Amino acid sequence: MTPQIHRISIALLVLFGALFVNLNVLALISGDDLANHPANRRVIVREYAIERGPLVVGEEAVALSTPTEGEFRYRREYPQGPLYAHLTGYYSLVLQRSGLERALNEELTGRPTEVIAQNLGELLGRSQRAGNAVELTIDARVQQAAHDALDGRTGAVVAIEPSTGAVLASYANPTFDPDPLSSHDPRTINEAWARLQDDPDRPLLDRATSETYPPGSVFKILVTAAALEAGMDPDSMFADEAVYDVPQTTADIRNFGGGVCADGNEISLADAFRVSCNTVYAELGVQLGDEALRAQAERFGFNHQPPYELSVATSVFPGDLDTPSLAQSAIGQRDVRATAMHFALIAAAVANGGELTEAHVVDQVRDPDGQPIARAQPGRWRDPPGSGTAVSPRTAAQLRQMMLDTVRSGTGTAAAIDGVEVGGKTGTAQDGETPTAWFVGFAGDDVAVAVVVPDAGAGATGGGVAAPIARAVLRAGVEGR
Amino acid sequence: MTSPEGSSAAIRAREARLLAGAVVITATASAILGWSHSPQLPPTTVITVMALIVIAVVAHVAVRAAAPHADPTLLPTVLLLNGLGLVLVRRVDLATGSELAAAQTVWTAVSVGVFCAAVLLVRRVRDLARYQYTFGLLTLVLLVLPLVPGLTAGVINGAQLWIDVFGMRFQPGEVAKLTMVVFLAGYLERNRALLAVATQRVGPMLVPAARHLAPVVLAAGMALVIMAGLRDLGTALLFFGAFIALLYVATGRLAYPAFGAAAFGLGAWLAYNLFGHVRVRVRIWLDPWADITGAGYQLAQSLFAVGTGGLTGTGLGFGRPQDVPFSATDAIFVVIAEELGLLGATAVLLLFLVLVTRGLRIAVRARDEFSTLLAVGLTVTFAIQVFVIVGGLTRLVPLTGITLPFVSYGGSSLVANYLLLALLLRISDETRAAAVGATSRRPATGRGSMTRRRTTGSDDTTGVNR
Repeated sequence: MTPQIHRISIALLVLFGALFVNLNVLALISGDDLANHPANRRVIVREYAIERGPLVVGEEAVALSTPTEGEFRYRREYPQGPLYAHLTGYYSLVLQRSGLERALNEELTGRPTEVIAQNLGELLGRSQRAGNAVELTIDARVQQAAHDALDGRTGAVVAIEPSTGAVLASYANPTFDPDPLSSHDPRTINEAWARLQDDPDRPLLDRATSETYPPGSVFKILVTAAALEAGMDPDSMFADEAVYDVPQTTADIRNFGGGVCADGNEISLADAFRVSCNTVYAELGVQLGDEALRAQAERFGFNHQPPYELSVATSVFPGDLDTPSLAQSAIGQRDVRATAMHFALIAAAVANGGELTEAHVVDQVRDPDGQPIARAQPGRWRDPPGSGTAVSPRTAAQLRQMMLDTVRSGTGTAAAIDGVEVGGKTGTAQDGETPTAWFVGFAGDDVAVAVVVPDAGAGATGGGVAAPIARAVLRAGVEGR
Repeated sequence: MTSPEGSSAAIRAREARLLAGAVVITATASAILGWSHSPQLPPTTVITVMALIVIAVVAHVAVRAAAPHADPTLLPTVLLLNGLGLVLVRRVDLATGSELAAAQTVWTAVSVGVFCAAVLLVRRVRDLARYQYTFGLLTLVLLVLPLVPGLTAGVINGAQLWIDVFGMRFQPGEVAKLTMVVFLAGYLERNRALLAVATQRVGPMLVPAARHLAPVVLAAGMALVIMAGLRDLGTALLFFGAFIALLYVATGRLAYPAFGAAAFGLGAWLAYNLFGHVRVRVRIWLDPWADITGAGYQLAQSLFAVGTGGLTGTGLGFGRPQDVPFSATDAIFVVIAEELGLLGATAVLLLFLVLVTRGLRIAVRARDEFSTLLAVGLTVTFAIQVFVIVGGLTRLVPLTGITLPFVSYGGSSLVANYLLLALLLRISDETRAAAVGATSRRPATGRGSMTRRRTTGSDDTTGVNR
């Protein structure tokens, strides 16, 4: 029987050999992947053993870690919860991280989670190591003003410092409370999450950065820019008609209210802008052609994803437009779509001499001892054609003047602030059941703003709904300078 | 003495040194675990080590008295595994708040008591063959016990394997594993000639006559019944694997393993199609990540633990056994892999390999066929058990719940495996005692077991396997 036993022993050796090989593969080759797998609780426990750095607005932490009892040594808290929720995101056992909690995870933990050492001392809690504090560019008053001015309405407000691209406010309604999502009790998390997921108003959606809307007449800023860059000037005259008969179709484009924009004869480009004259802009769009319009839109960053700490949806100006679509697109309808964040950048560019800046929300990073270790480096947004120069300084100045006129005596008067040079453009995009109201503008060189209120209600206009919100936000911004 | 292995005194002295080594390693591990959780060593650490020393001494004395010629490596290897098991169960206690370590220490003492009794009482292993049918019947009884109303502890973790007697929970299947091997060894010793000779030629293969295949089919059927009735895939695989290995060893006919593999394949296919829990197991095996919070949770947690352990592990006391389901019982191997790393897990696997190779060596050298078959059967059962659970936890094969011998928490498993050890030691002792006797009459004939076995005169049927 010995030969059989020898063969059996070889078979058993093969089985054990397979165990050894497999164990080596698991422990050495796929070891790191397994050790850092998102569902591996050890990753979270290690992470929760670190005093995660706070997110700071002004002097106040809007997200901070406080020590607790139990397996997880720190709990994440959000003192102002919903006001900053779309910025901070949540930091959750079950859902992992979102928002800046995710984007800035390395800074907040002090190092990449993947290389958190597993040495004994650290696990025993002997070497306390805290994460870095991240100070945001957000101005608490502006953020609060955005919240208050929206007054519970669905919509978004983004305010930016034109010269640097520093985001002063980024607020969207509806919002959510990140606190229960950051609980240490999975049931609390799951219940809160289910409620948010089931909410038809989609409170988890950041309407300031993640959702695009038809810009309506605020897109006329870009059409005007294209016209000025093509050699026209604010005094260039156009026929003032109540109806623009779109070539190649039976459809036509009418002005808001159905009438003419001026005296029914002629109207200057500046006036057409000021009163937001659809017939003129439809004709102008067709006259300039879709390539010129797209080129200008892209110089302002359309069809490019804006760089930002958080993910921003890409604003779209579609390609290969036929003439009817082009006429519609020129007044910001059809398939043109943009985010509030992007239009705040566009307004900032106009206020900033035509230079498109990159948005940023991190001002500086400080280590646990308070020493600055990194600072924001404002820069131009170089991806779009023109490398961040959206229009010439001359065109920017002309656009700026036209926007000032719009607030002084056009559709945007509701945004005017006494003693402050406010410029802007209203938009009322006809989509869905009720229009999307926009206001895009600036106050001097201090603040640029974009306000979008989708589904603003029957008869709502950008001038009526969005401009007063912008005014409140701009005023808060100017007062803070 | 001129025996190449030295005198029985030398053999036992080596065993004593190895036992001391096993105690030192266990004591060190126990101390490291204690220090990982508090600056002062908890009393449990000392108690565990003291208990282990007493157990080692008692077992060693029993072996000296009853099996002085037995292989000196088996007992220390087992004691080391058992000691590490105690430390690891204590480790799981610390993590989960359970209190299993004390019970496991008591079970260790009981098991070693049973071991000593077995070593002392089983004077001639060969005599067990006389009771083969008793053992066969006992196997069946033990297997169905968990289904008997009044005894059964019900379905636990999806399997019905336990009985409650006098307030104690027992898993009769662990002992059934041994009784079945005793029965099979006896049955095959008697029938091996017939099973080997009666063949028909089918194609290139010699196939046993249909009626001689009946036992194989029966075994496959029994495995299926166990799978269906007890929902215990691991035990089924164990029984079947041991049976096929024994058939092959007894007859030398490759047709048996070939046919056995086919039968098992068919059985597995049937099981897959008949039983939902089998399908679930296979699906998890193929993709544990698909249902990571549900059915795949256990396997995923096992893999996380192994991956986290990496090469050197987190260190004793610094892993997270609380994340792994059944970490004190079925999944204790991944606690080793996480805290002691690939190196520690490899060391433990090597300890098992030592037991397996020693077991097979004892089988080869045994002086009668019953003992050979018994040693092969016990060793193969043991090896398959280690393979099934370690392979299952590391996703080499579908995961089925079964204990890691000597290491997992569980009294039945511990008692059964110490009985297995007792039998192997008895066989080893008889073999070497006889060899020593033979060499004292004749010049040493080297290490050839064939030569030695021929002198025993029990070789009347060996013609079939040459």
